[in-house]
Amino acid sequence: MSHRIDPCRRAVARESGTGRAGARPRRTLLRAAALALPLLACGGGGQPPTELILASTTSTEDSGLLDVLLPAFARAHPEHRLKLVAVGTGQALTLGERGDADVLLVHAAAAEAAFVAAGHGLERRPVMHNEFVLLGPPEDPARAASTPHVAAALARVAAAEAPFVSRGDDSGTHKKELELWMAAGVEPPAGGWYLEVGQGMADALSVATERAAYVLADRATFLSMRGLLDLVIVVEGDERLFNPYGVIPVAGARNAAGARAFADWITGAEAQRLIGDFGVARWGAPLFVPDALPTTAG
Amino acid sequence: MSAGGGPARTGTGAERPDGPLLRAEELRHSYGGRTVLDLELLEVAAGEIVAVLGPNGAGKSTLFRLLLLLEAPDRGRILLGGRPLRSGDTAARRRLAGVFQRPWLFSGSVAMNVAFGLRARGVGAAERRARVAEALGWLGVAELAEAPVHTLSGGEAQRVALARALVLRPELLLLDEPTAGLDIAVRRSFREDVERAVRAHAGGAVLITHDAADAFAVADRVAVLEEGRLTQMGTPAALAAAPASTFVAAFTGQELLLHGTVETVDPDGLLRVLTSGGVRLLAPPPAAAEPPGTHAAEPPGAGAAVHVAYRPEDVALAAGHEEAPSSVVNRFPVRVAAVTPAGPLVRVRLEGPLPLVALLTRQSAERLALVPGAPAEARLKAAALRTFPA
Amino acid sequence: MLEILWRSLAVSGTAVLLGVLVGLPVGVAVGLGRFRGRQLAVALIHTGFALPPVVVGLLVYMVLSRAGPAGHLELLFSAPAMVLAQTLLAAPYVAGITLAAVQSVPTDVRLQARALGASSGRALWAHLREARLGLGAAVVAGFGAVISEVGAVMLVGGNIRGETRVLTTAIVLETRRGNFALALALGFLLLAIAFAVNLALTRIQQGGRHQPWAAASSERPWA
Repeated sequence: MSHRIDPCRRAVARESGTGRAGARPRRTLLRAAALALPLLACGGGGQPPTELILASTTSTEDSGLLDVLLPAFARAHPEHRLKLVAVGTGQALTLGERGDADVLLVHAAAAEAAFVAAGHGLERRPVMHNEFVLLGPPEDPARAASTPHVAAALARVAAAEAPFVSRGDDSGTHKKELELWMAAGVEPPAGGWYLEVGQGMADALSVATERAAYVLADRATFLSMRGLLDLVIVVEGDERLFNPYGVIPVAGARNAAGARAFADWITGAEAQRLIGDFGVARWGAPLFVPDALPTTAG
Repeated sequence: MSAGGGPARTGTGAERPDGPLLRAEELRHSYGGRTVLDLELLEVAAGEIVAVLGPNGAGKSTLFRLLLLLEAPDRGRILLGGRPLRSGDTAARRRLAGVFQRPWLFSGSVAMNVAFGLRARGVGAAERRARVAEALGWLGVAELAEAPVHTLSGGEAQRVALARALVLRPELLLLDEPTAGLDIAVRRSFREDVERAVRAHAGGAVLITHDAADAFAVADRVAVLEEGRLTQMGTPAALAAAPASTFVAAFTGQELLLHGTVETVDPDGLLRVLTSGGVRLLAPPPAAAEPPGTHAAEPPGAGAAVHVAYRPEDVALAAGHEEAPSSVVNRFPVRVAAVTPAGPLVRVRLEGPLPLVALLTRQSAERLALVPGAPAEARLKAAALRTFPA
Repeated sequence: MLEILWRSLAVSGTAVLLGVLVGLPVGVAVGLGRFRGRQLAVALIHTGFALPPVVVGLLVYMVLSRAGPAGHLELLFSAPAMVLAQTLLAAPYVAGITLAAVQSVPTDVRLQARALGASSGRALWAHLREARLGLGAAVVAGFGAVISEVGAVMLVGGNIRGETRVLTTAIVLETRRGNFALALALGFLLLAIAFAVNLALTRIQQGGRHQPWAAASSERPWA
């Protein structure tokens, strides 16, 4: 059993960072060849595990929260080298299941419970939640804003056959959307007014603007893209729209200690404070609500 | 045997008095079940240039590749100086050198090209340089040594390709259609240079060509290859005097063909031929094949279809009223169709049961007052005709 | 951004070099060889042109995953994993264009070399030398194919900042984040590389001089 070596990686990173843009292609290839050797030589060795792979969702990465959290974790735990792999929720769970990730930070409550129940995860600890919002064109053709209940609002959209954009990518947001349609008692049709884009949140929001459609989005992405969109919040605050994030140390993780350390840290006082503060400066309101402590620190 | 470092063969033949330089025996080769080459014997004496003359598809390229040991024959063997050569034996191949129809110069300079074979033989740089310069000099292109090959004209490229082979001082040089890519205007001087250089710097040569002018100008002997077989072999003079097939005949002069059927064969061997125009001709039988090792068809009997060839200069014309000399056997009434100047001569196209073309001096034409529509009598001596099986 | 640029060049450059090590001999063997199944080999190589990067990435992922056959190497989510995936993508390009390049040089070139006393190896070398423009094109085209590829590197590299983030995955990330301006800037950087690559390719192709009697053919099937 071998492990990746830290110094090795640093050497590569240092090498690759010294380059100068605009060099001739020939030199580029030579440099690439020179870089190849250390790159390929790495990957074996007998050092203790220092690398910690966190599988999280693209929406988490996209919000920018992890840009704040990960450096803080690195400072708190320099002995672990955290690598973030941001993928879809389904893929994140698969990575955990196959042992390719050590710890998961995802937001798909039902799937997470099943993951732990199947023995792939040690436990699920609540970290935070953010909120989904139902967005729509300012004219609100389906008059969906007339109810505070998201299920009722969706039923109105379906009744009016107003265009609705779905992520359609099996992401956490998509799963949430399907859950809400079920609550509304509507089976969305394949095609017609129901547009499955099969893309990320930002793309889905762009499509919704172009087509003057309703769309379910996380507040963080909506806030960060608000200036680019011609969409308004139609329904918010319904408990059904809450989007809880949990942290799961993977059972039999390569870096079990690191996984535990990360789970402890992100549910601890410092991380919870960072989560509660995130976005306030920029958007005047927090994007996430910390859930791990009885009272939010700071 | 180190061909690369070996001494130049002078081509006098004195070094190998005991037999031919090259002897190819019973060479047979086929592709996909079709026999393309079936050669009983081909010999080249030391210092000799033998041309293999044949139309396209006669098996010339196959023979070229077999003799160069680039391909193994299905049957037969090739001996050089009495020693059998094995295909795929690089050392044996280095006693030979070949020049392809297209020069296939390698990208780079002329000198690099000429040095190619020397480099392959491990000749040192200094000797290489000296020999490359020398060989380019033989072909009169020494000043091109540093020129990139893409700047060469077609003729220069051919000379470089030849120098590239001769620099190796091969015991036997094989040339495939060396003038094919050249303008008519430069062919003659190129032929002369080829002959001179080859005689001086190769032990012997086989020149493969479909161009009789090449073969007759350069070669000591000409071997005619038709449909994979040697049909005739001899000196250019012997071939011209007695071509054994229409193919050879077409090469040996501006012969024109008449078509007919043998009616009877006279006791003295002369054929009585009825032409397709209904005219009777007396013609000699086909020439005997020579020497052994070549193939020729059996003499045609009664009923056989034959071609009868004549040369326009052998057609004598007489004005309609003139008395015919008794020695003239074939006489036909004709009418002048057209008169066109052909250099110092006049070419006369004749109409009648047997359409002919005659070549006369200008004086004769004037004396006979040949104008279109004028009647005349055409006379062809039987001895001036040649007959070939159709 | 510079760091990402260099990583892109290093990963794709290495992949192409390895792709050449694999693809060039294969292309030469299939292009010049006479063996049973040659047609099939040609078809397979050309199918390789159409290999979706994400499929290659998935296969490499399955192999390198901890649960996969090569899991013990622990290469997943690392630069070598990206190199491996891109090598698999580049090799068919290199092989296919090599194949066309060596076939565009007439067989007579090798025969002529042999007729001058060259060994088979030297004759083959002379042949490859005449095909060198095409071989250069094979390398450049292979590089162009992988530098702009995102599916495979995203999957097996994981787009880890400072480790496996390359231009294409960074573009995907910034687009998803709604940072269209940054994504576009990265896109232009990639475009600039693609432009340089194609400029090199064009120069290679225009570099061949017409020499009707010489070996280099004016026909370049990959053009």
